[in-house]
Amino acid sequence: MTASAGSDVRSATAGLSARADRGGGPVESGGSPPRESALLAALQTVRDPELDEPITSLGFVTSCTVSGGGDAQVRLRLPTYFCAPNFAFLMVADAYDAVSALPGVRRTEVVLEDHFASDAINGGVAAQSGFVQSFDGEAVSELHGLRADFLRKAVMAGTDQVCRPLLAGGADPAGLLELTLGDVPPSRPLRRLRERRAELGLPAGDDAPLMIDPVTGERVSEQGVPLHLRRARVTRISIEANGGICRGMLRHRYDSPGLGEEER
Amino acid sequence: MYEKDGEKYFVVDSHMHYWNAAPDNWVPGAEQYAKGWIECFHAYQGLGPPETHWSIEHFQKYSEDDLMKDVFEDGHVDVAVFQPTYLLEWYKEGFNTTERNNTMGEKHPGKFIYNTRFDPRDGDVGLKQLRQDVERYGSKGVKLYTAEWNNGSRGYKLSDPAAYRFLEAAQELGIKNIHVHKGPTIWPLDKDAFDVADVDHAATDFQGLNFIVEHVGLPRIEDFCFMATQEPNVYAGLSVVIGGLMYARPKFFAKVMGELLFWVGEDKMTFGSDYGIWEPKWQVEGFVDWDYPSDEFSDYPRLGTAGKKKILGLNAAKLYDIEVPAEFRLPADAGEPAARDDAALVDD
Repeated sequence: MTASAGSDVRSATAGLSARADRGGGPVESGGSPPRESALLAALQTVRDPELDEPITSLGFVTSCTVSGGGDAQVRLRLPTYFCAPNFAFLMVADAYDAVSALPGVRRTEVVLEDHFASDAINGGVAAQSGFVQSFDGEAVSELHGLRADFLRKAVMAGTDQVCRPLLAGGADPAGLLELTLGDVPPSRPLRRLRERRAELGLPAGDDAPLMIDPVTGERVSEQGVPLHLRRARVTRISIEANGGICRGMLRHRYDSPGLGEEER
Repeated sequence: MYEKDGEKYFVVDSHMHYWNAAPDNWVPGAEQYAKGWIECFHAYQGLGPPETHWSIEHFQKYSEDDLMKDVFEDGHVDVAVFQPTYLLEWYKEGFNTTERNNTMGEKHPGKFIYNTRFDPRDGDVGLKQLRQDVERYGSKGVKLYTAEWNNGSRGYKLSDPAAYRFLEAAQELGIKNIHVHKGPTIWPLDKDAFDVADVDHAATDFQGLNFIVEHVGLPRIEDFCFMATQEPNVYAGLSVVIGGLMYARPKFFAKVMGELLFWVGEDKMTFGSDYGIWEPKWQVEGFVDWDYPSDEFSDYPRLGTAGKKKILGLNAAKLYDIEVPAEFRLPADAGEPAARDDAALVDD
């Protein structure tokens, strides 16, 4: 797939909510294969767990195609040959699940390219065999705990994204403690924070406190507010700086942008 | 040394390498790893200014003359600390061993400090080797890769009993500085190889040792910061931070520096170029000129000339007992480099 085709797909999906698209439009119903734009929209729901960003906007999707018979193929790439295999496995497995769930997809193949563990990951995901079995003898547990750890980091980073504008607007840090999610004006960061909290099983409704401990879900104590905000900020900066390095290295490795890639 | 606007900076490059990653050094059967590793390093170089990029062939194996020119002649460095990386499973003679570093450095007395390494999984043989290396090379520091392969094992923790045995031995042998690689790694597969909790335990139990966390735990700066703020003997090694962010992502660099200055403090941050990934010249010059780019960063601690002098050399000089000529030292009111009590202690 060429870069120009990537631009076409990008414009075709602009403004579409991935989930709405995944839910099935006229194209997907009735067993006919989905369009490639629908595949890409499904891939937009897959995140790099470490960077908390869609694999599409990060530039990790090399191509996605679907045959007339409903055979979908996705090719993924990463910034280095040695990117952590645990996160790579999660992304390949999540991409497989997202694409397989599309109406009209008969068979899914996800290929991670140019990675030291490509064979183990691609084979393991295709066989639905889980991480431990895919890396026989080299791993002792599945990756749920790792994913949850990074979701908690995403919750902390999201807390900074939501709180910083409020503080810049003159809110007093202690005052933030009284706010619930429903008190905060709607925004993309707020929606994202709610989604991450919900994924972790943490309170995410209108009446849930804005500032909670990402492990226990308890409201932060009054004396804990300054440290909580500091932690939220450094967590966000760490994730964003890491994302910056990953983008830089991906650009060094591959000349052409990925499908749906966005500059940050 | 570097001089700018009447200020003189004594530069210690506390994290650099002299490697051979050319095909003649690849282990048969492991070529793809040896090749993949050096290509991955080379991609990091891509984050520096374009005029400092090397061809992959030059990057795989640079000469002694290249190093002396890039680091000392052009790079403003006064003393450089060799950090070895063995990787014997992939590179026949190792990627850059203490021996290789020493063979080269011996020809240039006073320029280099030779850190060595150990691996707790090597047991008694490893202890014996450590003893020999310290005697032979006068090492005051070690570089540890807790995620390195070793005979089928895919990593260890600094808090393992076997590691404690080595830390005790190292301390007895006069080792002062434990540089721990907590940055981009591969193994162990299913664990978070960037986790710094093991450094936390070891730093608490070995107060006589300094723990320099290289690459500040990138990409887990937050975990490193929370840990470092509790432990007076934990330092932030800035290799990769300056090289990887200052040019490529100046805004993130400013934020990361701001966070490190807040959590860790200027007395506990050490410059390392990570040469041959990046040349020191642009890093030293850029860092001396650096300031926060806008008012957006007004919450963060400022970094003045004294702080830059500490980070670029005086802190590491203190850790390694390097004599600093009087003209480079700080005035009495500028604080003590590498002081352990600098971190902003925050109760959790």
